[in-house]
Amino acid sequence: MKHHISVLINEQKHELLCNSAETLLDMLRNQLRLTGSKEGCASGDCGACSVLLDKRLVCACLVLAAETDGKQVETIEGMAGADKLHPLQQKFLEHAALQCGICTPGILIAAKALLARNPNPTATEVRYWLAGNLCRCTGYDKIIQAVLEAAAEMASVQEQA
Amino acid sequence: MDYYSPTSIADAIRLLSSPGACVLAGGTDLIPQMQAGRRDPALIIDIKKIPQTRTISQHANRFSIGAAVTGAELSEHPQLHACWPGIVEAFDLIGSSQIQGRATPGGNFCNASPAADSVPAFIAANATCRIVGPQGERECPVEQIIVSPGKTCLQAGEFIVSFMLPETLPYSADAYLRMTPRTEMDIAITGAAVRLTLDKAGVCQTARVVLGAVGPTPLLAEAAAKHLPGSRLEKKTLQLFEEAVREQCRPINDKRGTIEYRTAVAAVLARRSALIAYERALARTEVQQ
Repeated sequence: MKHHISVLINEQKHELLCNSAETLLDMLRNQLRLTGSKEGCASGDCGACSVLLDKRLVCACLVLAAETDGKQVETIEGMAGADKLHPLQQKFLEHAALQCGICTPGILIAAKALLARNPNPTATEVRYWLAGNLCRCTGYDKIIQAVLEAAAEMASVQEQA
Repeated sequence: MDYYSPTSIADAIRLLSSPGACVLAGGTDLIPQMQAGRRDPALIIDIKKIPQTRTISQHANRFSIGAAVTGAELSEHPQLHACWPGIVEAFDLIGSSQIQGRATPGGNFCNASPAADSVPAFIAANATCRIVGPQGERECPVEQIIVSPGKTCLQAGEFIVSFMLPETLPYSADAYLRMTPRTEMDIAITGAAVRLTLDKAGVCQTARVVLGAVGPTPLLAEAAAKHLPGSRLEKKTLQLFEEAVREQCRPINDKRGTIEYRTAVAAVLARRSALIAYERALARTEVQQ
C-alpha cells in the first residue's frame, strides 16, 4: 500500500509516496537523500536518527513515514543558517566534541530540543537529557561542555537582542 | 502490510476487525518488534488521530488520560504532576528523551512486560480503563489488563481508549521507585508503586502496593499493604511490611537479577516508596490545615 503524504521538512513542503512499512528515517535518507540522520541501531536505543517531529524529539527509526502526513520534521540539515553554523555546531567544533561524527547530528538535534525547553540546563540535566544518544568516541565530557557553552552564548545573544 | 489512521473510534473498530490487524500508538515497542521480525501485522491501525486517545482532561478531581498521550505530555501537565506524582515519575523513567516523545501509557500496558514502569503506578492509583471493541464499550480495572508476559485481556478487535484515575483525595499521595543497573536507559530489575491515604492526624487509612518485575505480571501486594493502615509507617510496621513484600515476590532469575536480589530489592523499594508517598500525603494534610 502506497501513501501520499504531505510533510514540511526543514520548512520546505514535500509531497511524497511512501510504503506502509517505511520509516521516517528510510524516507529521509533514501527518498530525500537527507543522510545527516544516521541509522545506528534501528531500535530506538542509540539516538543517531534523532529528529524533531512537530517540535518533539523522537527517533526517526521509530516513526513510520506515513505517520508524518501533515506534520513538520526538523533534521540536522535544517540546523545551520545560510552562512553561519548554529551555536551548538560551532561549540562542537571548538570543543572537538566529536571524533567519528556518526552520533553528532543526533546529539545536536537532541541538544537543540533541550535548549528550546530549558535554555539554562545544568551539566547533570544535559547528561540525563542526552542519555538516549550513544557516543563511542568522546567519553561525553566535551559534548556536555559544548552544549553548556552554546547555552550560555545563546542566552547572552538573546540578552543583547 | 497496510497502514490506516482512522479519526474516530467507530472507524478504528471496523478496521481492527480485519485479520492480522494491530494497534499502533507510540510504536516504541511495535516498530522494533517488526524490524526484528518478531511481529508481522497485516494491517497497522494508528490510533493517534482519534481525539479521545490524545487528550488529558480533568473534571472535578478526576483525570482521564488518553491511551496515546506521550510521556513528554504527561510530564508537562502541571496538575497531573501535582495530583499524581507517582504516575508521572513512573512514566518518566521509561527510556530516553526521544522515547518519551513517543511512548504511551496504552502501549506500556499492551506490551505487557512484567517490568513495565508505569503499570504498577496506574494499578496503585486504582485506575480503570475504557476499552472499546466490536461488542461495544467496557470499563476495566487496570490490574486486569496484563494476564501474562506479552498477553493482555483485550479481546480481538478491542483497544484501550483512555485511563481514568479516581478522585484525588486531600490526604493521599502516590510514589514509584525502580532499580536498574544503570541510572538511565535500562529496564527495571524491580519496581514498587505505593499509594496511601491518611487521615488528618497523619494515620494511614488505606494503602495500595504494586510490585513490578517480581512476577509474571505486575503484582498487587494486598497482603503486604494490609500492614500499613492504622500506622504512621513506624519502624516496626515497616519491618513487617518489608517481610510481607518479600513473601509475595515471585521473580525469575535472568541477566538483570537473581531471585534473591530482586526479592531483597523489592522490599527496600516498597519501603522507600511508601515513605515517599507518606511524606507527600503528609505535606498535603499540612497544606489543608
